[in-house]
Order: sequence, then structure tokens, then C-alpha cells
Amino acid sequence: MKIIRIFGRSFKDAFRSFFRNFSLSLASISCSAITLIIVAIAILFSFNVNNITANIEDVLTIVVFVNRDATDEQTTSLGNQIYSMDNVDTEKSKFNTKDEIKESLSNDESIKSVLDTLDENPLQSTYVIKVKDVSKISETAEEIKGFENVTSVKYGESLVNKLISMFDVIRNACYVAVILLIVVTAFLIANTIKITIFSRRQEINIMRLVGTSNTVIKMPFLIEGLLLGIVGAILPVLLTIFGYTFFYDYVGGSLFTQLVILVEPATIVYKTSIVLVLVGGIVGMFGSLNAVRKYLKI
Amino acid sequence: MAFIELKNVYKVYNNGVSALADVNLEIEKNEFVFIIGESGSGKSTLIKLLYREEKPNKGTVFVGGINVSKLRNGNVYKLRRKVGVVFQDFKLLPKLTVYENIAYPLESYGMDSKEIREKVLDAVKRVGLKNKLRSYPNQLSGGEQQRVCIARAIVNKPKLIICDEPTGDLDPKMSREIMDVLEKINEEMGSTIIMATHDREIVDRMKKRVVTIHGGVVVSDKEKGSYIEHEDN
Repeated sequence: MKIIRIFGRSFKDAFRSFFRNFSLSLASISCSAITLIIVAIAILFSFNVNNITANIEDVLTIVVFVNRDATDEQTTSLGNQIYSMDNVDTEKSKFNTKDEIKESLSNDESIKSVLDTLDENPLQSTYVIKVKDVSKISETAEEIKGFENVTSVKYGESLVNKLISMFDVIRNACYVAVILLIVVTAFLIANTIKITIFSRRQEINIMRLVGTSNTVIKMPFLIEGLLLGIVGAILPVLLTIFGYTFFYDYVGGSLFTQLVILVEPATIVYKTSIVLVLVGGIVGMFGSLNAVRKYLKI
Repeated sequence: MAFIELKNVYKVYNNGVSALADVNLEIEKNEFVFIIGESGSGKSTLIKLLYREEKPNKGTVFVGGINVSKLRNGNVYKLRRKVGVVFQDFKLLPKLTVYENIAYPLESYGMDSKEIREKVLDAVKRVGLKNKLRSYPNQLSGGEQQRVCIARAIVNKPKLIICDEPTGDLDPKMSREIMDVLEKINEEMGSTIIMATHDREIVDRMKKRVVTIHGGVVVSDKEKGSYIEHEDN
């Protein structure tokens, strides 16, 4: 009963002090809001970079040209050999016979007319291979080159290699940026709360003098910190949900080309919002706790 | 054992200043004791040892059976709940009303609202503060603020009330009124009162026990003493 009463009063005190020290509360809230907005942008950006990277990686394929003279058995055995490789995604890879390719090319009249003049189909059957790990695409391609009945292997060597290393850099940079921003936010919020509490050190001192236990002194500050953090997250959350949705609709879901497809708002804005509220709340709480603790040592 | 007992107490501050040297003092229940001395004599340090705002470097301090010198940081509140402290600068919470200020200690102990209300109203009656319960400290005169501070100190009916120059910031008339309040509390509630002061007029008029400190040493301890007598020593 006593604990419930103390807890209830802590809540009341936290809210009371939140409003009675409104200018300082507002300073903490704006600081949290601004930094959390930057965090939100970084999170949304890295979600999208991830998505774009995944999309482009999806497009990357190895095309294996099969010797025109190879028998059906030899072609199938080559296929089995390729499909048994670790890095080959058997489900997404496929085999196109030279007739199928001729047929699909024949949709273009000019090509059709050329092909029709020839007695024999000059095209080669191909294996279009998707790999599981794009960073190992070169090794896989090189290995396939050594197989029997393979005339050539194409995968856009130089471009692919450059793209892959670039994606890795961008993706890692995004992760680092998000983590750094969260740390910076933590510092900023904690420091602003420290200033708020510094102005109230006399209050804390008086609480101690009249026999309030340290736990009871800390509790309202803890709740207030949590409150400041969560209220500070409101604007960033709204911006994330409505701002990103607006941006997504405005650009029509993709940037510049169809290759740069943005992640749909519904799949990421809520996740991001939860992260923002958690970061705000937890950082506020611990920043506050840390600042009060300093004044409880005598 | 006496209610308050200081044995061979030494206090040297971190900056090397020696505030108290070999202080021995016993105070019984229900006594009213003045601790007098000039500024920097060590009387404030002595007072602060009693509610564990300072710790002695050497020696023991017992207050109501609690060994204050060995009290851990986290347990200081247990002592302070048994001791009411009245400060020169009142130390009221500026954003709380008079009622809230007086009720604050009890609320933080988790007492229920009805009991708090009874105790606060009783304390307010004893210090003679009427119709000011909803005011904020900055709307009160110095004397009224000191009454609030005393009301907060006595609200939990402590056995010991420590006053650190409570009249230091007040004019003579207000000082007299505050002293009357304290004397009444001493008589009616049976609380022990220890008061540091350098207000001659008060000490001379009250005729209580007077302990004089000079240079961190107790130089005299007289029953029903006065300020002048001590100066002659």
C-alpha cells in the first residue's frame, strides 16, 4: 500500500514538475525531438539503401553459354554440375534452350527476319544463374568457366565488382551512422536533462535533508526523464509516419529509375517509430537517473 | 548513554581547514541548548554532524542511539526522519505551496493523505501560520517562511530539532516570535532543541544551557548561561 502510494505520488510529482518547470521541459523535449528526427532520417535511409542494394543484387546474374555441339545429356550434366555448387541459388536460376531464346527474340521483327534466313539456329542454350552471395559472384563465374561444354560466362565483371564493394560500403556506413546518431542523441538528451536537474539540485538536497530516501528521490526524476523522452519522440514519430508516406507517394515509390525502388511506408514507419520512442524513453530515463545520482552522494 | 553524545570528535575539511578538534558533548532529552561562537568557530560543522550533513574524521557521534559517524549514505534518511532541521535560509521548495512544503517529508515517507493532513494542520497551528497554506514561499515574509520551515521540521514530531542560525536573516521582532515558537515546541512536544546562533539578545533573554565553541574547541558549557558571560571567559 505504502509502495503504491509512493509510486502514485512520484507520478504526480513528475507531471507536476514537468509543467511547473515547463521552459526547461520544453528545452529537453526540443533537443530530443531534433536529434530523434535525425535518427529517424538515418534509419529510413538505411532501410532504403538496404532495399535498393537487395534489388540490384537480385538483378545480378551469371549467364553461362553452353557449347552448341553439346548433346542433351551433356547439357543436363553441366546443369547438374552448376546446380550442385554451394553459391548457386537453384530455385531462382533457370535454363533456356536455344529454341526458347530464338522464340523470345523473334518478337522483334528485324531479328526474326535475320534468324529466318539461317538454316540452323545460331544461338546457344544458356543457364541463367542467380547466386546466393553476390560478393562471391566472380569466384563462382570463374569456376563455371572451367566446366566442360561451357563456351563463355558473362556477368558484367568490372561493373559488378565495383557495385558490390560500393553497396557494402554504403550499407556499413549507414549502420555506423545510425548507431553513432543514437549515441549522440543519448548524450544530447542526457545532457539537457542534466541541466534541467542541475537547476534543481537544491530541491534534491532539500529532499535529502527532510529524510526522503534516495529511491523515492530518484523515482519522480526517472518518470520525468521517461516522459520527456517519450514526448520528445512524438514529433519525430509523426514526421516519420506522415512525412515518409508523403515523400513515398510524392516520388511514386521509386527514385530516378525503376531500379531505385523505395521501401513501402507501411513496412518500415511503424518499426522506426517504435525505435524512436524506445530510444527517447530509455535515454531520457537513464540520462535523468545518471544526473540525479550525482547529487545523491554526500 | 545520553540522547546525544559526541566523543573525541575531529573534523578537518578537504581543504585542510580544521573545523573541530577533540569535541566532547552530551545532551539529554528535552534539553534546549544554544551552540554559540563567532563565524568560522565550528558551530555549524558541529550542528551538521548531528544530521549527518558532514562526517567526522575521528571520534563518534551518537544521536538517539544511532551511530551517525558510521551511517551509510543510503541510510541517512533513517536518521533524518527522526530529526527536524530548521535552516537560516529556510530551504523551502519554491514551487510547492506552504501546505505541500510541510507535507512533503511525510508524503515521501509514504504516509496516507488523511494522516498527513492532520499532522500538517497540527504543525501549522503550533507555529501560528494561518490562512497561508495555499501561498508559495516567495509570497511570504522572512518570518513566515521560517515558520513554514519550523512546521516542516516538527511535522513528524521528531525527538530532536536542530536549528542552524534560524534567526540569522530575521529582524529582532521576528526573531523573538520565532524563539517563542521554538520554546513552546520544546515545552509542549518535549523535543530536544539544539540551536546554533550568534544572536546575543536571544541567548541572554532565554537563559538556557549555552555551549561556546571557539576555534573548533568547546571552551565553555554552562547551564542557564548568557552570551556576555562567555565573552568574558
